[in-house]
Amino acid sequence: MMASTYNAKDEDGHITVAGPGGGTLRSRKPENTAFKQQRLPAWQPILTAGTVLPAFFVIGLIFIPIGIGLYVTSNNIKEFEIDYTGVDMSSPCFNCSQNFSWNSTRPCTCSIPFYLDQPYESNVFMYYGLSNFYQNHRRYVKSRDDSQLNGDSEALTKPSKECEPYAFHDNKPIAPCGAIANSMFNDSLELFYNDPNGTKVQIHLMKTGIAWWTDKHVKFRNPGGNNPNLTVAFQGTTKPVNWRKPVYELDSDQENDGFINEDFIVWMRTAALPTFRKLYRIIQKKKDMVLTLPRGNYTLEVVYNYPVRSFEGRKRMILSTISWMGGKNPFLGIAYITVGSVCFFLGVVLLIIHHKYGNRNNSADISN
Amino acid sequence: MMWRSPLARVRDALRGQKVREKDLRNLVSNLPYEGLDKWKQPNRYFPGNSIKTSKYTLLLFIPMNLFEQFHRLANLYFVGLAILNFVPVVNAFQPEVALIPICVILCLTAMKDAWEDFRRYQSDKRLNSMPCLIYSRKVKQFVERYWKDVRVGDFVKVVCNEIVPADLLLLHTSDPNGVCHIETANLDGETNLKQRRVVPGVCITDPEFEAESFNSIVVCEKPNINLNHFKCYVEKPDKDKVGAGIENLLLRGCTVRNTDHAVGFVVYAGHETKAMLNNNGPRYKRSKQERRLNIDVMFCVILLLTMCLVGALGHYLWLQTLPGLPPYLVPHSNGHLDSPSLSSFYMFFTMIILLQVLIPISLYVSIELVKIAQIFFITNDIDLYDEETDSQIQCRALNITEDLGQIEYIFTDKTGTLTENKMVFRRCSIMGTEYPHKENALQTQWSLDSDDVNRKDTMHHHGSRRKVPGTAHSDVAFSSPLETEVTPDKKLLQQISGAESTSVSRKIDAYLDFFLALAICNTVVVSMATAQRQRVSAEFSVDVDERWRWRRSKRAKMDGGFVLFKLPVYKSYLTRVAIINLSSCCNTGAQTCSLHVPRSSSEPAVTPDMVCYEAESPDEAALVYAAKAYGFILLGRTPDSVTVRLPSGEDLRFEVLDTLTFDSNRKRMSVLVRHPISKEYVLYTKGADYAIMELLDCVSLEKGNQKNIAADTQQHLDYYAKEGLRTLCIAKKVLSGREYESWSADRHRALAAIENREQLIMDTAVQIETNLTLLGATGIEDRLQENVPDTITALREAGIQVWVLTGDKPETAVNIGYACRLLEEEDLVINMSCKNKVRSCGMYSTLTCTSILDCTLEEVRRYVADPRNVDTTPDISLVIDGRTLAMTLSSDLQERFVELAKHCRSVLCCRVTPLQKSAVVKIIREKLKVMTLAVGDGANDVNMIQAADVGIGISGQEGMQAVMMSDFAISRFKHLKKLLLVHGHWCNSRLANMIIYFFYKNTANVNLLFWYQFFCGFTATAMIDYWLMIFFNLFFTSAPPIMFGILDKDISAEMLLGVPELYRTGQGSGEYRFSTFWVSMLDAFYQSLVCFFIPYLISIDFTGSDMDIFSFGTPVNTISLFTILLHLSIEIKAWTVVHWVIMLGSVALYFIVTLAYSAICVTCNAYWTLQSQMVDPMFYLVCIITTVVALLPRYTFHVLKNSIAPSPLEQARHLDRMDPITRDQWIKEWRSFRGGGQVKRSGLSVPPSPTLGTSVEAYPPSPTASEITGDEFTLNVISENYNRPVHT
Repeated sequence: MMASTYNAKDEDGHITVAGPGGGTLRSRKPENTAFKQQRLPAWQPILTAGTVLPAFFVIGLIFIPIGIGLYVTSNNIKEFEIDYTGVDMSSPCFNCSQNFSWNSTRPCTCSIPFYLDQPYESNVFMYYGLSNFYQNHRRYVKSRDDSQLNGDSEALTKPSKECEPYAFHDNKPIAPCGAIANSMFNDSLELFYNDPNGTKVQIHLMKTGIAWWTDKHVKFRNPGGNNPNLTVAFQGTTKPVNWRKPVYELDSDQENDGFINEDFIVWMRTAALPTFRKLYRIIQKKKDMVLTLPRGNYTLEVVYNYPVRSFEGRKRMILSTISWMGGKNPFLGIAYITVGSVCFFLGVVLLIIHHKYGNRNNSADISN
Repeated sequence: MMWRSPLARVRDALRGQKVREKDLRNLVSNLPYEGLDKWKQPNRYFPGNSIKTSKYTLLLFIPMNLFEQFHRLANLYFVGLAILNFVPVVNAFQPEVALIPICVILCLTAMKDAWEDFRRYQSDKRLNSMPCLIYSRKVKQFVERYWKDVRVGDFVKVVCNEIVPADLLLLHTSDPNGVCHIETANLDGETNLKQRRVVPGVCITDPEFEAESFNSIVVCEKPNINLNHFKCYVEKPDKDKVGAGIENLLLRGCTVRNTDHAVGFVVYAGHETKAMLNNNGPRYKRSKQERRLNIDVMFCVILLLTMCLVGALGHYLWLQTLPGLPPYLVPHSNGHLDSPSLSSFYMFFTMIILLQVLIPISLYVSIELVKIAQIFFITNDIDLYDEETDSQIQCRALNITEDLGQIEYIFTDKTGTLTENKMVFRRCSIMGTEYPHKENALQTQWSLDSDDVNRKDTMHHHGSRRKVPGTAHSDVAFSSPLETEVTPDKKLLQQISGAESTSVSRKIDAYLDFFLALAICNTVVVSMATAQRQRVSAEFSVDVDERWRWRRSKRAKMDGGFVLFKLPVYKSYLTRVAIINLSSCCNTGAQTCSLHVPRSSSEPAVTPDMVCYEAESPDEAALVYAAKAYGFILLGRTPDSVTVRLPSGEDLRFEVLDTLTFDSNRKRMSVLVRHPISKEYVLYTKGADYAIMELLDCVSLEKGNQKNIAADTQQHLDYYAKEGLRTLCIAKKVLSGREYESWSADRHRALAAIENREQLIMDTAVQIETNLTLLGATGIEDRLQENVPDTITALREAGIQVWVLTGDKPETAVNIGYACRLLEEEDLVINMSCKNKVRSCGMYSTLTCTSILDCTLEEVRRYVADPRNVDTTPDISLVIDGRTLAMTLSSDLQERFVELAKHCRSVLCCRVTPLQKSAVVKIIREKLKVMTLAVGDGANDVNMIQAADVGIGISGQEGMQAVMMSDFAISRFKHLKKLLLVHGHWCNSRLANMIIYFFYKNTANVNLLFWYQFFCGFTATAMIDYWLMIFFNLFFTSAPPIMFGILDKDISAEMLLGVPELYRTGQGSGEYRFSTFWVSMLDAFYQSLVCFFIPYLISIDFTGSDMDIFSFGTPVNTISLFTILLHLSIEIKAWTVVHWVIMLGSVALYFIVTLAYSAICVTCNAYWTLQSQMVDPMFYLVCIITTVVALLPRYTFHVLKNSIAPSPLEQARHLDRMDPITRDQWIKEWRSFRGGGQVKRSGLSVPPSPTLGTSVEAYPPSPTASEITGDEFTLNVISENYNRPVHT
């Protein structure tokens, strides 16, 4: 012990003269721990043909079946699309599309016949599609007041600056404010089945259940809490400039009126890409074994309100069945199959390489 | 204080400026003006002695630091961006948030700067408040003041062992001869004492110094940087001028030694002192990678601008194609829309904000963090810890760790860096008989062994070491840590005592002669340590045993400079301790000695134990100590006598008739003495072996006996040389009275000559040094530090060129060169030296130098081009001396010199000055554009250390200057190996990989946003929530790369040390190259394309996508995260627990934060997006496929490269995975294989190296290959044994 005390003392070079054993000074020797000496046990994978071979084969073997499955599923999805923009002279909606302004009071209607060549069995989703509509324009995206839409009474009367220039009209706050709400899609579409026996049967379209549950119940709320009288709740506000009727008259159903109108909510979820479709209605499968939409002739009746000529847009109606993977999209399946095959092929190449070069590594010679 | 008009002040200031700039300065004493106002002081224009090296002041810190920081381009960029955020037209998201990162960065940097500056401030303060003695007229004596109070014109008294506070013109010393000894170790690293003389007759000094009698004017030149020149004269009142030069000047920073006190007149103070002017202050070092990084940042800026330009143009075109006024174009609040060109102009800036992350703002902070951690690991490396001094490596520069991995040239000091700076007398040969001093060898051996034991068993070690050294003579097993302790050879001891007893008639036996020669033939100064010794025992005898004191003294020697530095601060207490340390030093053979404590009035009785030797070179001291060990004790030396005590106890006083000092032409020195008893004139000569052997008496050589002796001795000498010992031959000559008389007359004539004086003096020396009788030879060892040859070999295998720059003479340097395997036996050694002493023919000599350089270059080129040498690397070594170097470094010869140096495997520069050292480093660094590292231990290496890219200080024997100025301070040279090969490699590759990864990461991430612009009309929409975007870089993906930069370990330390060649991968641009940068950028582009377009293609249908912006952006962001992290996992070489935790933690953090954020923020765009995605199986399918596609190329590339053409690093990694024993085995085998391949056959004819035991001619072989001898130049290309040791 004496000796070690000496050691600590004179090694440290301290000038303080003290008798042996008086006070101990800590050595500056670093701790010999795995962490400090950078000797933590480590897994050191080395990517060589030999080691990654199995991975490539496994990826190939897993991806190809998945891809096939996806492809088949996608192909089973039935989809029908009809463009009702009315750009062609021949189109029934040509007239409606020609003379149009946001403020026209007289609704223009047109009806488009179409033929479904295969029956739709399960629930059918009805979309409206717009193309060339840049709902993702930076300033457009920002032009909304989420607080107002969330039922905040303060924001109702004082819309956020983001809504400019659609925040006030005639010195009254606009509800809902902003460019998104102002440009809301307002065509109404109705679907009729032309029974072979000559009768025209209107198909029942569900207009609820098309928005996200969280949007409908959390994100969007009418002002005034549970006040059933929306007219009062929206007192002192004005409708968006392009709208024909105020927000509290969007639907007669209390649960689908005002800010929680599902068509409105769907519209407010701005599309990611300029060509988009938005869920419009759902045609529910009937209980028994009857087809939802049998094969045959149909008529689409459109109340043509929404102008698209200013951006050379197109309006479409889409009918689609849906699977667990959403809409019809063969790409994912193809992608999986391709990648799986590529991996498999690479695996084979690597196998060859491994046979050719694999043994060399053991007798590796480091040369510069 | 009298009021003075501002005008007068301005005028005064202007005049001051003029006075300071004038070539000559007139200085007068301050004393007559003492107590007057400042503006009446005659020397008021010259700066005071307080120094300030700190950059900032407390008040101005913030503005100055900000100003400093904005010199960094990156910071300016980020601030510019932050400001841009506040411009309304660019529609930034949240301008305030954008400020946070830049503020954090500025604050962190400012804090670091403040800390560094504070340290400088503290050190200034410490220096400024060191005490010193200034004469005061009021008190009529010297009063204690602080350094900062010293002004030009003051009289300052410096007592022994104190540091000189300013440049002083020496006026008085305690020495009756007016001599003052100083040690300039702090300035140039030379530890021997230098003499300074008093300027005579300027003021009354007898009996007491009277400062007030000084009434002359000191006229001196403007302050300059030259440490060895000073021009000045003192004009007395009677207009008599007394010249003064550097020999009268005490420089600031020197230490007064061996002189009780000295008084000087302050000529330069503070920043004007030569020491401060030589101290160029620390350079802000930017690592090479940082420079590289800045270029790449510039590329990123260009890329960013291009992308923004594309965005702006695209936006313009998009607006142009719109037929009408679509509802999604939002007008300004006043209801009108910008024109397409204006809005695309704005869009440019909006894009910059959107894509700003492309310039990695967090990179700079991350690099700082990584470097701090790297430094933590370096300092905590147990292998870089020195037990003996209890010192870790110190990292003083925080930002150049990675430069350690790219070193291509190492410039090293010799003494104290490669060697221990401790000379040991190892062997001698007398009259042809070899005395191997086995006991000495044993002792050294033992002490080495004991070091090993020490590590295992401290108790044992200390127990054995605590014996008293005084009784060591008979006790062979005892180890003395003091190198001066020579254990006499028993046989020799008997011989001497035999000679002693038989030579009753005092007919001096050759053995006695030999030792007398050792004791006399030198310039060693003897000083007494009596006084301190008494103090020592008084201080310690109570509780500290003898052994401990010896140990302590050894330590103290190492800390000597440091102790002194602190000395005045704790003066009262520490002085005594410091003296103890210093006095003990004397026994170690160091050149420091203290006589601080006033001597007792009566001359103390001289006892051998009390003498303490001071020698110009440690080997002289070693010889004197050797003589002492055999009882021939040098007791005193005055200019005309030498006193030696014989073993019999008798004191002999030899009259010294002349001393023929050493010069590099003769390579010997002689002392001519008159024997007190026989009254013979005896010349003792000591010198390099060949210098002496040539001069042996031919007549006596004819006699068989002498011839045999000469041959035997030569054989021993060769053997010594092979052992790496410094050899010296000792010879004598007895002159007759007549001979002496005639020679003496010549000598006097020569000394009196004015023209050609040096030549004449040398001629006289040569004239007398003939017909010598050989007495014997000695072998002295300047022990190399532990593992130096090993380290140097490893460094060279690592592709590093090692240069030795030393102040020593060429012979020593070459010797050490061989010893440390810097020069190999097969090497072609080119020796360039010019012996030009006359400055006037500089032009001529430059021309000669040019031709020699050309010649050599030609030779070297031919040698390299020689087909016989194709398969071997040319082993050409260059030895060049300082004077030649000075010429070759002149601007017109630089190129050729560099060209020559490039061909050389190693270069030894001898006799170089500190400034030349730095000039060499600078030239090589700049001309060859290589990474340089300088390592040294003394203050003379400071310049070099600062000039190099990486400066390393060795905290050894010579104070702390080198350490203070260095970037890294190590305690042993061998630590360099691990520092460079392991830590350098790691730091370099880690940081390089991290930087590249950072660029990749940011590009890959930002490009997603860029691709989206093609689908949103180039309106700078982000499909990711702004906060999540910030978090992405700040939290989700920041920790993994930092961890990668800190912890990734591509190859184990053992492998890196075992195969130094791996270091080469880091040299040049290493892993961070132009190509690597662009490859990873391209990869980033590819990956971002994949990450964007696969989700895009999946989301669009034939009928269009029903996804909203954030439902599209969230998967893309998630995929990007996975890709980025998995990309990193491909790059990570070793997965430790930390890796797993951080990687998985990052993913977890992403999901937790994003889920929480999108659940809590109801009014946010991203509300419930991720949740809704995560219940969709498609999300996972998309994530998997995209990540696989994105990473497949890189993964495959790595696999293919590793399989088909693995890099050395990859191969090493393979080996690394073997178990340690197999690996070590492999390394050993590989090394031996390589070593075998290393044997090179020189193209020039090389005589077979003589092996031990074969008889060799008595004369050294003359230079073979070529010899160009100009008037003043010699160039010898020697290709064989030039003191070539064999290493075992």
